[in-house]
Amino acid sequence: MYKIVRKERLNPTVTLMEVYAPLIAKKAEPGQFIILRVDENGERIPLTVAGYDREKGTVTIIFQIVGGSTIHLDYLEEGDYIQDFVGPLGVATHTDGLKKVAVVGGGVGCAIAYPIAKKLHELGCEVHSIIGFRNKDLVILEKEFEAVSDKLFVMTDDGSHGTKGLVTNPLKELLESGEKYDEVITIGPLIMMKFVTMTTKQYNTKTVASMNPIMIDGTGMCGGCRLTVGGKTKFACVDGPDFDAFEIDFDEAISRSRSYPEFENKAREKACNLYKKEVK
Amino acid sequence: MPNMSPKKNPMPSQDPNVRNKNFLEVATGYTEEIAIDEAKRCLNCKNPKCMEGCPVHIRIPEFISKIAEGKFEEAYQIISCSSSLPAVCGRVCPQESQCEGKCIRGIRQESVGIGRLERFAADYHNAHCKEKPARPNSNGHKVAIIGSGPSGLTCAGDLAKLGYDVTIYEAFHLAGGVLVYGIPEFRLPKAIVQKEIDNLIALGVKIETNMVIGKVLTIDELMKEYGFEAVFVGSGAGLPKFMGIPGESLKGVFSANEILTRVNLMKAYKEDSTTPVKKNKAVAVVGGGNVAMDAARCALRLGAEKVYIVYRRGIEELPARKEEIEHAMEEGIIFKVLSNPIELIGDDTGTVCAMKCVEMELGEPDASGRRRPQVKPNSEFLLDVDCVIMSLGTNPNPLIKSTTPGLDTHSWGGIIVEDDASTSLQGVYAGGDAVTGAATVILAMGAGKTAAASIHEYLSNKQ
Repeated sequence: MYKIVRKERLNPTVTLMEVYAPLIAKKAEPGQFIILRVDENGERIPLTVAGYDREKGTVTIIFQIVGGSTIHLDYLEEGDYIQDFVGPLGVATHTDGLKKVAVVGGGVGCAIAYPIAKKLHELGCEVHSIIGFRNKDLVILEKEFEAVSDKLFVMTDDGSHGTKGLVTNPLKELLESGEKYDEVITIGPLIMMKFVTMTTKQYNTKTVASMNPIMIDGTGMCGGCRLTVGGKTKFACVDGPDFDAFEIDFDEAISRSRSYPEFENKAREKACNLYKKEVK
Repeated sequence: MPNMSPKKNPMPSQDPNVRNKNFLEVATGYTEEIAIDEAKRCLNCKNPKCMEGCPVHIRIPEFISKIAEGKFEEAYQIISCSSSLPAVCGRVCPQESQCEGKCIRGIRQESVGIGRLERFAADYHNAHCKEKPARPNSNGHKVAIIGSGPSGLTCAGDLAKLGYDVTIYEAFHLAGGVLVYGIPEFRLPKAIVQKEIDNLIALGVKIETNMVIGKVLTIDELMKEYGFEAVFVGSGAGLPKFMGIPGESLKGVFSANEILTRVNLMKAYKEDSTTPVKKNKAVAVVGGGNVAMDAARCALRLGAEKVYIVYRRGIEELPARKEEIEHAMEEGIIFKVLSNPIELIGDDTGTVCAMKCVEMELGEPDASGRRRPQVKPNSEFLLDVDCVIMSLGTNPNPLIKSTTPGLDTHSWGGIIVEDDASTSLQGVYAGGDAVTGAATVILAMGAGKTAAASIHEYLSNKQ
């Protein structure tokens, strides 16, 4: 059992939890993920590590409330326990030797992008961060990004905060103005990462995307997380979750991500009645 | 005078048309009367061939004699000298190619039902014996076991009985390995696996779940920082293979491991499970091994109207246990043998809707001694399916290999070991599917036993 030592509601649909898991906290690196089970009957869900404190022995997760399991997880409070918490899984984001990087995050993906931006900043890398959200109520980690970024662009779809527009707008402007990045790292909705990649391709700027597909075991056993990268089948859990974005078949990944919509909807209705929580 | 009936006593089983809709155990087991009658078919050979066929050399004629005398608990005690998981092996061993395959009675008639008798003795013990095994005195030496499947459990049990301080590290939230995530409830009830694990805990074995060795701790750390003097790697063969044909990334296409894990480990067949599994109309399982049979029979129980086994060789060449094939046929699985998929076709939502196959014929025997299947010209046909399950075998899990410098492996991923189960690293032993690639429960148990004996010898000499 793994104790929740801190819980913070970042916005109406996104929650942060700091979980006591000292062995995982000791090893976790940005880009890796954990798998948790809320309770005895829970499903196994993968969540990317949003932070870790090696001394306190805690791992931070930030999750969006989308289906039954995340609704149930959000129901737990500080001092409660999560049944199972496994990790750190996957390969850490490659940061060695990078001198200048653009980090492009979308929505809850910013929670995963932040520790990467932070690590790059600590390594002395110049970091340009572009973070995008649907509206001002959904903005998360703005201050944190500010502290670790040499340049920060905050975008909202409706212009209610920061600049109105898509993350690809400032990215294109930066690239167009002659900024040369060793790498662009993008984390967020698949459709956003697809368009980020289409943009960077025009400037031939190496791009890495962090994929978060459907998973069960997270150790290379089920193949549920498979995706096509450079024409080859890869398992996101052991080969990734980071991949060369130019090589990823995003359309296939988008299709596969919609394998269980009816289950998610059903779980949402069921859980909503149970906990009377509003979910967007 | 032995019972000279030419046929084995049939296994009492649920009716095929009842059981193909539930997840309860198919075979209900011999009664005491049937067991005694069957045990009397054993000729008690002076030179028992059956024992040669058993990878852990159970004293078969001895335990069968005890059953014939009605001394069921004594029979169990004889089995448990050699096997740590008799209730499991009595259910899942491929007896026809092992003990029963060597039985003298089997030459002209049917062999003695050794597996069924083993299961009977183990079930009798589990039902009647409430005592937990006594915890041996500790010898103060720590051994780590990676993986709680059949090889790890066996190795742990043997070492614990010798007084070692044994800790098993399991990546999943539940111990048992393939016995819990792979083999379905209707073939191996999970309560039986749990009973075996409870016995190990009573012996003093510690089980740490949610521990992915290679990630959270490395073998090096276990030995240098945690004080383990020896490590046994029984991490199994979990990495599923795909065919590499077009359409394998369509929705509705799964590895057998994914379906079985969803159904068995995550209990997706139960109404209250939160792990989704779809109900399908027509399911094609590609492959012919035990795992393929398990996946097909699960699909049927989940409510599929039609379930096909698609296999490129003939019915005679199916690698699954004979009993599993018979059970699958009785339950209504359709066998499309001498057929090989070449493409999976999707609908406009990106979900598989058909499988394009070619017919095959058998040519000359290949390196494996089996006749090589070759494509019949102009034989393409379509199978309408809304789910395809790939059951083409698995490779050893890559996590240990990639995080343990100095551990030698074959190019296909199997850990290289000597006859005594030792690896290229001192104090590190390995066995089971992690060494052999996907094989059987009993072979993994045999490897776990060998490793336990070698670890005992290594640590005894070290002192």
